[in-house]
Amino acid sequence: MQEISQSFSLAFVLIASFDGALLSIAGLSLRVSGIAVLAASLLALPFGAWLALARFPGRQGVIAMLNGMMGLPPVVVGLLVYLLLSRAGPLGALGMLFTPSAMMIAQALLIFPIIAALVRQVIEDAWGEYREQLVSLNASRGQCIRALLWDMRFTLTTAVLAGFGRAIAEVGAVMIVGGNIDGVTRVMTTAIALETSKGDLPLALALGVVLIAMVVIINLVAQMIKTTAMRKHG
Amino acid sequence: MAEVMNPPRALPLSAERLGFAAGGVTVLNEVSLSITSGSRNIVMGSNGAGKSVLMRLLHGLLTPTAGAVKWSNTDMALVRRSQAMVFQRPVMLRRSVRENVEFALKLTGHENVHRAAEAALERVGLVHLADRAARLCSGGEQQRIALARAWALQPEVLFLDEPTASLDPAATRAIEETITAIHAQGTTIVMTTHDLGQAKRIADRVLFLHHGRLVEDTSADIFFQQPQSPEAAAFIRGELLW
Amino acid sequence: MVKCNAVTNVESAKHITVISNKARNLLLHLAMKSRFLVAALLGMTALTVSHLNGAGMTHAQDKFIVVASTTSTQDSGLFGHILPLFKAKTGIDVRVVAQGTGQALATAKKGDADVVFVHDKVAEAKFVGEGFGIDRREVMYNDFVIVGPKSDPAKTTGTDVIAALKKIEAAKTPFASRGDKSGTHAAELRYWKAADIDPQTGKGTWYRETGSGMGPTLNTASAMNAYVFTDRGTWLSFKNRGELTIAVEGDTKLFNQYGVMLVNPAKHAHVKKDMGMQFIEWLTSAEGQAAIAAYKIEGQQLFFPNYVALKKAA
Repeated sequence: MQEISQSFSLAFVLIASFDGALLSIAGLSLRVSGIAVLAASLLALPFGAWLALARFPGRQGVIAMLNGMMGLPPVVVGLLVYLLLSRAGPLGALGMLFTPSAMMIAQALLIFPIIAALVRQVIEDAWGEYREQLVSLNASRGQCIRALLWDMRFTLTTAVLAGFGRAIAEVGAVMIVGGNIDGVTRVMTTAIALETSKGDLPLALALGVVLIAMVVIINLVAQMIKTTAMRKHG
Repeated sequence: MAEVMNPPRALPLSAERLGFAAGGVTVLNEVSLSITSGSRNIVMGSNGAGKSVLMRLLHGLLTPTAGAVKWSNTDMALVRRSQAMVFQRPVMLRRSVRENVEFALKLTGHENVHRAAEAALERVGLVHLADRAARLCSGGEQQRIALARAWALQPEVLFLDEPTASLDPAATRAIEETITAIHAQGTTIVMTTHDLGQAKRIADRVLFLHHGRLVEDTSADIFFQQPQSPEAAAFIRGELLW
Repeated sequence: MVKCNAVTNVESAKHITVISNKARNLLLHLAMKSRFLVAALLGMTALTVSHLNGAGMTHAQDKFIVVASTTSTQDSGLFGHILPLFKAKTGIDVRVVAQGTGQALATAKKGDADVVFVHDKVAEAKFVGEGFGIDRREVMYNDFVIVGPKSDPAKTTGTDVIAALKKIEAAKTPFASRGDKSGTHAAELRYWKAADIDPQTGKGTWYRETGSGMGPTLNTASAMNAYVFTDRGTWLSFKNRGELTIAVEGDTKLFNQYGVMLVNPAKHAHVKKDMGMQFIEWLTSAEGQAAIAAYKIEGQQLFFPNYVALKKAA
C-alpha cells in the first residue's frame, strides 16, 4: 500500500516538473502508437467496410479469422516482425530493426485486426438500416462504403481508440523489435518493464500511473468531442 | 422555371405472374399488373398482404422467385435512374438536410448539384432547415427531406411505401400535397397505404392485394364505390381480413 | 442485391479451387479496390516518412552503432555513465540492445548488431571460432556474489563459493536461478559443476529457475527469501532487496570477465566497421578504461578495467 501511494506522489512530481526523460519517453509512446493507429486505420477502415458489404463464398470464414486475430499474442507478432526485419531476414536490407519504425509496424499489425473486426461489425449493422435506401439511390459499392464510413464516424472513432489503447499498452512486441534502447526505442511500457526488472518498483508504478493517465485523458477528450459532435449532427 | 418531365423512357412497366417466396413461405403469388405513365397507383391490402414486397420487386430491391418485372426499355442503367423510392422510415445520413439531397444528386453526376438541391428544398418548403442536421429534424420533416431527395432526381416513377404511416395528420397533409405536386410535374406514382382516406384522396387506380394475390385492379372510382371482389368490399367496410 | 453495382468478377473467381477460394477472392477484390490500394500506400508512406525522419530523439541520425550487450550490464547503469563520454568525444551514438548473453550473441550472429559486449568467455570464444566475431578484446571484469536471506539458513557466509553451494544443496534451502542461458547463468552452472552438484536434482523443490533476467530473478528471490547468484553491479542498483544481503563474496573464482568484439564484416557487409572499431578502441584506451573505473554505486567501484594490449606478434 505504501508503495502505491509513494508511486502516486512520484508520478505527480515527475509530471509537475516536466521531467525530461519522462516527456521524451511519453512522447515516443504517443508517436509510435499514433502512427501505428493511423496506418492501421487507413487500411482497416476501408477493408472492414468492404468486408461488411461483400458477399462471397467463405466470407464467414474470413470474418471468423479476423475476429480470432483480435486475440493475436503481441509477443508472437513481435517475434514474426523481428524475423522479418532482422538482417538475416527477408526485409533486413531496410535496416528497420531496433528503430521506432519497427515498433510502429509491429503495433500496426497487431491492431489492424481489432479495428477491422470492429469496423466490420459496425458497418454491417448500419448496412441493415441503410441498404435499401442506398441501393434505391443507385449508389455503387464504393459509394456505399464511403457514405457508411462517414455516417458511422462517431462509432468508428471508438473502434480506432480501442486500437490505440491496445497499441500504447503493448510491451511484448515493441520490446523484441525495438530493443528498448535508451533514447531511441524506449517507450512507456518498456521503461516500466525495465524499472521493474531493476527492482525500482515505485518508479515503475509511477510510470504506470502516468501511462494510464495519458490513455484516460485521450479517451476523455475523444468522448467530449464525440458527444458535442453528436449533439450537433444527430 | 417550369419543369417539364421528359417523355417516358422506361414506362410502361409490367409485372408478369410475379411470385416471391422466402423461408418456405409464399408472400406473393401470380401477380400481374402494368403501370402506365402519368398514373397515380395505390396498392392496398391488410398487413401481411404483400404490399411492401410487391413494391420492392417492382423497384428492383428484391428478385422475384417466379415471374418477371419488365420495363419497356432494355437499358437497365437508364431504368434504374428513372426511379426513386421513399420508405416508411426515412433514412437520413448524418449530415445536413441540404447535404442529404445533394448526396443523391451527386450519385447521378448531376452538373449543378447545389442549385438542384436548393430548388428541391424550396418545393417542399424546407429551405429554412437546409443547414440543420437531418437526423435532428422531426419525422414529418425527415419524410419531406426524403421526398425532396427523390424529387430532385426527377424520376419517371416514384415508389412510396407507406410514407405517412408514422406521421401526424399535419405532416401527412404536407406529404400528400408534395406527392400531388410531384405527380403534377409528370412523375408516375406507385404508393402503398392502409389508410382508406389517403387512398381516396390520391388514387386514380387501386391495386388490392390479399394473401399475396392481386384480387382487384380497377380505377379508384370503381374500387371505392363498387368493389368487384368480396375481400375489397370487406376491406372498405372496415372489416379485418385474415 | 440486384441494384448495387457489385463487382461481377466474383463469378469468375468461383472457378478457383475450394481451398484457396477465400484467399483468392479476397485478393481479387482487394486488387480491384483502388481506394484500398491508395489507403495502403498512404499507410506505407506514413511509416516510411516517419522512419526516414530519424528514429527518435537522436541528433546524429546516421552516426550510430548497435551494440548487443546484456541486461545485467545495462541494469548496472554502466552504459549511462560511459556512453555519453564516448559520444562527446566521437559524436557516435551507441544504441545498446540489452538481452541475455545467448540472445545477444544470436542477434550479432544474424547481423542485427555491429558490436557485441558480453561476459561469457567460453561462448565468446566459440563465437569468434565460428567466424562471427573478430578482434575480441578483454575489457573489464566485475564480480559475482551470492546473496541470501539475512538469517542465512544454510550457513553460507564467507568467501568460498564452492563450499557455499554445497551447503545450500545439503540444506535444500530455496535457490533462485536465472535459467536463461545468460552469461551469469552459464557462470552459475559452472560453479555447480565445480562443486560436483547437479542442481536439476532440486528442480521444482529448492532449485527454482525463473527463466528471466537478473532483475526479475532478484525480485523473485527477494519474495521467496531464496539464495541467488548475481553480479555485484545489478545487486548494488537493485532496490527491492527485502531480507536479502550479500552472503558470499571475494572468492577469486567469482570474477566475471567482459569481452568486446566486432561483428565480422566478412559475414555481414553492412556492419559499421569503422565506428564499431572506434568504440572498441575507446573502451580499451586509457580514457575508456578510466571511465569504466570511475563508475561507482554507493561509493563502490563495480567494474575493474583489465585490458592488456597484445604485444605485436614477433
